Amino acid sequence: MKGEGEHKLSREIASHPFFHGMTREFVHTVAAEAVERSFVADDMIAVEGTEADILYLVLEGKVALELGAADRPPITVQTVGSGEIVGWSWLVPPHRWRFSIRALKPTRLVAIDGGIMRRTLHAHPDWGFQFMVRFMPVLAERLENTRIQLLDIYGR
Amino acid sequence: MAASVRMDPTSSADAGHPLAPIPYVVRSVATETPDIVTLTLNPHATKRIPPFRPGQFNMVYVYGVGESAISISGGTSDGQLIHTVQSLGKVSNALTRLTPGDTLGVRGPYGRGWPIAEAKGRDLVIVAGGLGLPPLRPVLYEIFRNREAYGRIEIIDGARTPKNLVYYDEVQGWRRRSDLRIQVTVDAAGRDWYGDVGVVTTRIPDARFEPERTTAFICGPEIMLKLTAQALAARKVPADSIFISMERNMKCAIGLCGHCQFQSSFVCRDGPVFSYAAAQPLLNVKEV
Repeated sequence: MKGEGEHKLSREIASHPFFHGMTREFVHTVAAEAVERSFVADDMIAVEGTEADILYLVLEGKVALELGAADRPPITVQTVGSGEIVGWSWLVPPHRWRFSIRALKPTRLVAIDGGIMRRTLHAHPDWGFQFMVRFMPVLAERLENTRIQLLDIYGR
Repeated sequence: MAASVRMDPTSSADAGHPLAPIPYVVRSVATETPDIVTLTLNPHATKRIPPFRPGQFNMVYVYGVGESAISISGGTSDGQLIHTVQSLGKVSNALTRLTPGDTLGVRGPYGRGWPIAEAKGRDLVIVAGGLGLPPLRPVLYEIFRNREAYGRIEIIDGARTPKNLVYYDEVQGWRRRSDLRIQVTVDAAGRDWYGDVGVVTTRIPDARFEPERTTAFICGPEIMLKLTAQALAARKVPADSIFISMERNMKCAIGLCGHCQFQSSFVCRDGPVFSYAAAQPLLNVKEV
């Protein structure tokens, strides 16, 4: 049965926009160590400051990226939906979540182990390059969107 | 309430002058946010302004305080007008303090509105940021009245926080329609918000339309207009199919005083709606 589950997960990963065009071998390697997770609204998927060793692919649903402080309630600074990815802290030391992740509605994710991802990408630089070619535009887009948020474009 | 609000507006010696404001009475005041209200106005007597086109504006006069250009957010065939006003200066502050029964002056409608008729048969993307929804509201009701004449309708509404969203209940009603799609997004939110968070431009990639047969209407602060138009252009919507509503300090509203000059155009007379193709070269020029 595990084989069938892995096959299904391989299909889910291969059809996710982030992995579109990646080699079948890479997708199978990732799928072998990935699991599917489901959450309902308000479930905490990750907590800011804790160990971050997972890359999430959002298959369905929507999640909020939250920042909090002891003296104020958490603030959602971005939402991420199906077809997008969440989590880059697994790639950047010290591998701690920089934000919390909360489900906003029933959400289905693929969780990919960050440690295995790091080792796989290190062992296969061609895959590593392909991965980074996809990963950097996501980070760049989020940086640009954050800059636009700083502009306070609805202000007068 | 301003002391002069109860003056007799029909006593003006200039009542027949084309620039003389026509008296209207505040019928109701709805609080949208702590500094934004929606005024529903009825003509004081039989005289009323001519019918307006979506995207036009009125000059609204608070007696004894001054006059301000306010976009028309709605109206009826019997002369009722709807204006949504944010308290930003002396006149708009006075407008937000009006109460039912108060009288004010209205002249208009002025300016070129949204090219709704030209958009028939096409997909429509309507993007509002901040207080951008009120000038677009008449567009939406015109489309609702003639829905079959248009293709897909995508509405994107953005604000700083959920508390800054105007027409919230009305937008929830539009959400129940199956013949259009609405995305509402804010820049930041607390845990009681289950909608999208991110600037309006982040919703453009998810909007469903065919670029070559799409017309886009954008209204909001100028930086938001520019960034949204760029995001639509990145999705291959032609610049001459994107329309923006410009905002300038309008005084006379008939292209005489020059307060709202936008290079060779006057926003009051030649706008406020411009095609992005025409306005694009000027959006990066300082103090145009």
